[in-house]
This record gives sequence, structure tokens and C-alpha cells, in this order.
Amino acid sequence: MKFGKMALATAVGLLMASSAWAVDVKIGVLNDRSGVYADLSGEGSVEAARMAIEDFDAAGKGINVEVVSADHQNKPDIASNIARQWYDQDGVDAIFDVPTSSAALAVNDITREKNKIFINSGAGTADLTGKSCSPNTIHWTYDTWALAHGTGTAMVEQGYDSWFFITADYAFGHALEADTIAVVEAAGGKVLGTVRHPFPGQDFSSYLLQAQASGAKVIGLANAGGDTVNSIKQASEFGITQSGQALAGLLIFITDIHALGLPTAQGLVLTESFYWDLNDDTRAWSKRFAERMNGAMPTMVQAGVYAGVLHYLKAIEAVGDKESGAVMAKMKEMPTSDPLFGEGKVRADGRKVHDMYLFKVKAPEASTGPWDYYELMATIPADKAFRPLEDGGCPLVQ
Amino acid sequence: MFELLGIPPQALFGQLLLGLINGSFYAMLSLGLAVIFGLLNIINFAHGAQYMMGAFVAWMLGNYLGLGYWWALVIAPVVVGASGIVIERLMLSRLYHLDHLYGLLLTFGLALIIQGLFRNAYGVSGMPYTAPPVLAGGQNLGFMFLPNYRAWVVVASLVACFGTWFLIEKTRLGAYLRAATENPTLVGAFGINVPRLITLTYGFGVGLAAFAGVLAAPIYSVNPNMGADLIIVVFAVVVIGGMGSIMGAIVTGFGLGIIEGLTRVFYPEGSAVVIFVIMALVLLVKPQGLFGRPV
Repeated sequence: MKFGKMALATAVGLLMASSAWAVDVKIGVLNDRSGVYADLSGEGSVEAARMAIEDFDAAGKGINVEVVSADHQNKPDIASNIARQWYDQDGVDAIFDVPTSSAALAVNDITREKNKIFINSGAGTADLTGKSCSPNTIHWTYDTWALAHGTGTAMVEQGYDSWFFITADYAFGHALEADTIAVVEAAGGKVLGTVRHPFPGQDFSSYLLQAQASGAKVIGLANAGGDTVNSIKQASEFGITQSGQALAGLLIFITDIHALGLPTAQGLVLTESFYWDLNDDTRAWSKRFAERMNGAMPTMVQAGVYAGVLHYLKAIEAVGDKESGAVMAKMKEMPTSDPLFGEGKVRADGRKVHDMYLFKVKAPEASTGPWDYYELMATIPADKAFRPLEDGGCPLVQ
Repeated sequence: MFELLGIPPQALFGQLLLGLINGSFYAMLSLGLAVIFGLLNIINFAHGAQYMMGAFVAWMLGNYLGLGYWWALVIAPVVVGASGIVIERLMLSRLYHLDHLYGLLLTFGLALIIQGLFRNAYGVSGMPYTAPPVLAGGQNLGFMFLPNYRAWVVVASLVACFGTWFLIEKTRLGAYLRAATENPTLVGAFGINVPRLITLTYGFGVGLAAFAGVLAAPIYSVNPNMGADLIIVVFAVVVIGGMGSIMGAIVTGFGLGIIEGLTRVFYPEGSAVVIFVIMALVLLVKPQGLFGRPV
């Protein structure tokens, strides 16, 4: 009798174990945890990945997910080393986030070599789905093409047709500047001048005065992070925005606006793919996120990590296995659907497409409190928001 | 209208003025370094972190206690200077008999720890801080729009710099200090408390960094890395001026600000390296620095 009970218990236990942990998945969130991008990715992205696993109820669906994370310090060599170690020794199946374009391109190569999966949210370079595209990579949240087109086209359409660029003097800044110049000129605008500043910079007043002297209607800021914050702060100080010249931030996150404060940032036009206050779904999710992150609202990068993990787990559930080729095929075949980006799809070149939004930063008196920063100016529909498949030069689709 | 090197004179004057403004930060920071090096023989690598602390204390005073900019200008240097005194008493004072390198390593380590703690507590994006309403707005000078706040920065920094120079070079207290550096035993024999004098000097140097931090808060991003970005340039300024030379630090600080400003007009890509190129040239021609005494 006793033996019978034990046998039964063991059998039930085995049965449960085999159905409960059908697939063991390990995902790695690799991003900046101490430098300029730590606030917009960092621990928030890791928390977003954890929320996706909970919301998906992975454990209940027989998928045992473990999350690991690391700091790549925005350096491609460190990112490569961590990615190699994760894939070779730690059994990581997929890497998420990876801001900083150079680091993202490095992880892109290694993931392809090891035949794993890379879902990028944090990096800007459109090359990830262009000439460097890979069958193992999805680029989720945004890219330089989408930002340049969103902000560039919208501004020219509103009559801001002469531009002066203040550009960070490295690959990312040059790319963003070139993309935006192409857009502005295609829309009938003209470029009156550019100035390239060393990265990182501290004082931008000199460049701002050159921009002011050019008489351009718009000053395009082709830089990021602290450089953008300082440029905007000083533009306000030197009375540039007050005198009628508009500032266009080409890569700005809500954390930058939070750092600037509305009195300084008001009126700034920018493009993002996510804002916490878009609809009931984004508000509900962001509220939960903020409770876990000491009140900080999510950035689009963190939202992208959440949505990417969710889609990845859905594909594993549908395939019933974590084999990279099958899961990737499933992710590209299934439409995406999540509370943050709505309905969308993953293209053959790895580009995830969804709507992008053109926002204007509110005046202080129009804001109801912390994090109430954006006013929606226009929605850029998914089919116009990203570079057309055939223009990217991605070898996978030719 | 005539043009100078292809640039209209209005634009040139504007850039010269901007260079002067940036130079005032270089001058104030390198002055603190020069005072500490000249009188304590310590290469204070924590100077950038202490400048950052000045800006953060200003932000904290405003955010937690509701105290405005003018209070911050007085309180922040005192608070940060006091933290410097604690560091000097507990740690630096044990290193005076050792090589320069130990002081450098200690202060470098302290800078990393302080920056790390602030980063942990406040993130990296920075904190908003606005200038007091009195200094908002600006003057149209014809050739450029000069924000009132920047004008104030130049005035405040000139007063701080020349006040310090006067204190050290022209007063009895300054004479004691200089004497104590030359021969601490003899000065101690005259009944002067040399260790206390040294401690207060370090506190004063650190307070100057914090003062510059408060001045910087409304115009630069207040974030934990703000000092780390600046400190290397400031060290170059001190080397060019001559280690430990007070007047050298002031004059080179302003001068290099102007040269950097002009580089931003003629060849912006080179503006980050121009100071280091000058440093290399000066070291080749006059290794003790422009204002340093020959060794």
C-alpha cells in the first residue's frame, strides 16, 4: 500500500515535471547599466523582460524562463565578449536590448555565427535591417531612418524648411545627419550648414550661435544623451527657441525630457514609437512598471524589450521548441500583438513595424505633473514609418 | 563691412566672449587644483567629483529644503568643503610623507566611489536646475545675445579667482600658508598650527570646486559624470599654467577658454584636442609650465 502510494506520487510528479518544464529558455538582457544610456535601458529593460515573462504566464505554459543581465558599458568589445560567453558557456538562447549601435552590430554578428536569436530594442542604426541584416536578428523599437523621417518630414511639412545641423562627430551622428538631410531635401527643404562637435561635449553655446547666425528655421540636433540635453538647455538660455528658431531633437527619450524639465524642453518636436500615456493599455502597463521602478515611467526602449520578449515566448509556445530557426520563422510568420505597440509584424529583413508618433513637448502649465510631457502631433502609420523593404539593401530579401 | 579670416567680426566677438565664459570654469577649477597642489603637494583627482557634488548639493537644497540658488551658492561650498576636510583628516593626512602617486591614487579612487554612489542614487540622465529669476533673460549686445546668467558667471568667477590670489599672495594668512609649505617645522616652531592650516586649505580648494559646480548647475547637465568630463581638461590647464602656480592657473584658464572657443569656429572637430596639443607644445618648450618656477 505504502509502496503503491509512493509510486503514484512519483508518477504524478514525473508527469507534472515533464509537462510543466517542457522547454528551458535562458534570455540575456545586455545593455548599459552605468553610463549615458543606463536610465533609458538598464535595469528598467531587465524589469520589463521579467514583466513579459510573468504576463505571458510562461511557467503555466510549460516554459521555464531564466533571465540574466550584464553591463556592456557601450563598448562593442565588451558586448562581444559577454555575448560569446553567454552563448558558449552559459546556455543563453536569445539576447535582448543592446543600445549603442556599434555594440549592437557586434552582437548581431556573433548571434548569426552561433545561430541564436537577437532582438534589439535600444540601438538606432538602420543597418541592422539594412546592409548588416541577419536571419537571426529582429530590430524592434526604432531606427535612425524612422526618427529622421518622422521628425524631418513633419517639420518640413509645417513650413520649417531650412535646417542647420549640430552633429556629434562619430558614426552615429553622421548617419543620423545624412538620413535627415536626405529627408529634408526630398521634402523640398534646404540645409544651410552643419557643425560637428567632439563627442561627448560640454558647452554647445558656440555651435548654437553659429546655428543662430545661419538664420535657419530649424536646428537639428544629431546627437544623443547628455549632448542633446546640454544643447537644449543652452539653446533655451541663449534665447534661441524664444526668438523663433525651432529645435528638432533627432534622438530624444522621455528620460532626457525628465532631466531637462519642461520649462527648458517645451516646444521640442520629437519622434518615438511608444509613450506611456497613449491609451488605456499603455497606461495600465506603465503604471505597473513605475511601481516596480521607483516611479520612473518606461522609455520606448524598455517597452520594446517587453514586447520583444513577449513575442519570442509566444513563438516558442507555438513551435513547442526553442530551436532558433523554427522560432525565428514563427516570429516572422505570426503577427505581433501586445498592449504597448498594438498590432504589427516582423518583416523578412528583421524589421519590426508598427506606428511611430510625432510628439511635441508640453508647456509647463499644460502638464498635470511628473512624466506628463508629450502632446501627440501626428501618428505615422506603420507602412510609412519605416524604410521600405526594398530600399535597405538587406541581402536576405534580394 | 570687413571680414576677419572669413568670419564677420560680430560672430568673432561673440565667440571670444563665449570662450571667456567657458574659461571662467577652467580658471576656477584649475585654481582649486593649483592651491591644493601648491600648498599640500596633493594631486587632487577627486576635484571633478567635488565639482559635481557642488551642483548636486545645490539641486538637493532646492529639491528637499526649498532653498534657492543664492543659498546654494553659500551652503554648497561649505558642505562640500566640510566633506573635503573629513577626507583630509581621515585619509590624505596619512599620505603626506609618501610619494605624490599615493595621493593621486587615493583621490582617483575616491572620485570613482563618489561618482558611483551618485549614479546609483540619481541615475545618469541628470537633474533639472534653473537659474534664479533675477538672472533670467539676457542683453542684446548687437553682435550676440548674452544671457544675464553667463555674465554673472564671468563676474563671480573673476571675483573668486582674484580673491583667492589676493588671499594667498598678499595677506598675512597667505604668507603663513606659503611659509608652512616651504618649511612646516620652522613655521610650527613659531606657534602656528600647521596641520590645521593645511586641512583648511584643502577644505577651501574643495569648496572652490563646489562653488564652480553651483555656478555650472543652471547651464550644464547636472549629472554624476559632469565632473569626470571636465577634469582632464582642467588638469591640462594646470599643467600648461605651471603646477601650483596660482596666477598661472587663472590666466591659462581664461586664455585656453578663449582659444578653445575660437577653435570651435574655425575647426570645430578639433576643439576637444586643441588644449592637449597646446599642453604638449608647452611641455616641450617649457616643461615647468608657462608660469611655473624652473625646477
